Amino acid sequence: MNAIQKHILKIGLLLALFAIGATSLVVITEQATRQKIIDNEREALLSALNALVPAEKYNNDILLDTLIVPESYLLSTTEPTTAYRARMDNKPVAIVFTSVAPNGYNGKIKLLIGVKHDGILAGVRVISHKETPGLGDKIDERKANWIHQFKDLSLMNPDSSKWHVKRDGGEFDQFTGATITPRAVIAAVKNALHYFERHQEQLFQASELTTAHD
Amino acid sequence: MTDLYKTIINDGLWKNNPALVQLLGLCPLLAVSNTVINGLGLGLATMLTLVASNGLVSLFRHQIPDEGRLPVFVMIIASIVTTIELLMNAWFHELFLILGIFIPLIVTNCAIIGRAEAFASRNSAGPAVLDGLMMGLGFTAILVLLGALREVIGQGTLLSQAHLMFGDGARDLTIVVIEQYRGFLIALLPPGAFIGLGLIVALKNSIDAKQLSRAATVRSDLTDTTVTTSNP
Repeated sequence: MNAIQKHILKIGLLLALFAIGATSLVVITEQATRQKIIDNEREALLSALNALVPAEKYNNDILLDTLIVPESYLLSTTEPTTAYRARMDNKPVAIVFTSVAPNGYNGKIKLLIGVKHDGILAGVRVISHKETPGLGDKIDERKANWIHQFKDLSLMNPDSSKWHVKRDGGEFDQFTGATITPRAVIAAVKNALHYFERHQEQLFQASELTTAHD
Repeated sequence: MTDLYKTIINDGLWKNNPALVQLLGLCPLLAVSNTVINGLGLGLATMLTLVASNGLVSLFRHQIPDEGRLPVFVMIIASIVTTIELLMNAWFHELFLILGIFIPLIVTNCAIIGRAEAFASRNSAGPAVLDGLMMGLGFTAILVLLGALREVIGQGTLLSQAHLMFGDGARDLTIVVIEQYRGFLIALLPPGAFIGLGLIVALKNSIDAKQLSRAATVRSDLTDTTVTTSNP
């Protein structure tokens, strides 16, 4: 082996040593924080669910009472999502599931929708969106209360022809300078209620929805 | 304090400030500086990375082969950032959710590999850590300043969502600077970041130019007096 080969080998070995060291650091940290991160995610999910269905309204383990909802045209979901079911003494109270408003101003708006057993909305929250800051982002709870108005509404209240922004003859406020965003959210919530209406029985009983199409 | 330390501090905070002079790390700087709290969060995480990477690079500077130093720097920085990301996810979860995608971006902040290459690999651990701290502080200061500028102009507040970083007790820290403000969108969008940073860089340059011209006047005064005294 000549000098150059030896030199290359030495550098290679040193690189490998550093790679082992760096990887070990990451592995050790990952091990040490894994449980805490799982707890955090669990807690964040639970508090998101409790914002829609207050903790005192149910007594089952909502995080374990889940249902896989297949991708659906009405929910505009492109892959299966998880729904969480709240029960009081085994009687269904509410279900929280994911829906998407596909036609936001800047793409998809992901929603968390809570519906009580009788088809009345427990509430709606925006999980993620890319709407314009200062205009369309008022759908975000941290920016405005607009999203709170869906609580206690249903397909009868207001009448289903009134599920539009005021500009389109409906009952919901649009924002100054942004009509597309609330229009998309309102339509998505309405569709989600239709979805609930069609699958109501199954949603609380099955552990997996069998009908893939609406 | 020795002159070396003084130079390091002055370089990091002012003379060779990574954000104002080296113009490194612009991608995270411009993306996350829309509020004070976001700026502070990313700034502190960057500072922590700089201190740790400068320290480690300096400690191993005799073992790191010269030809292979860049891959080693990249590995060190990447593993530090991943570690910080995991630690933040575990202990500052809500802030992590906001800064989430920007934390891995710290890896791409060339200020960090720049300091490893230009300073840490040539100096002992003490000065290297101080350099990381000062460069980080300088970077954080600009992030916070730019964040404050954009937040006030964009939404009329300061320190909004402070509870994400300091816990629920900090909810009242938010200062409403302008009541009933309608908002000025461009300040919150990327163009506002470019304009704001441009103004801050211009301000720094004008302060430097003023100091330089003042120093020059003092010097020319001195020469004048020497001239007059030599010619009575």
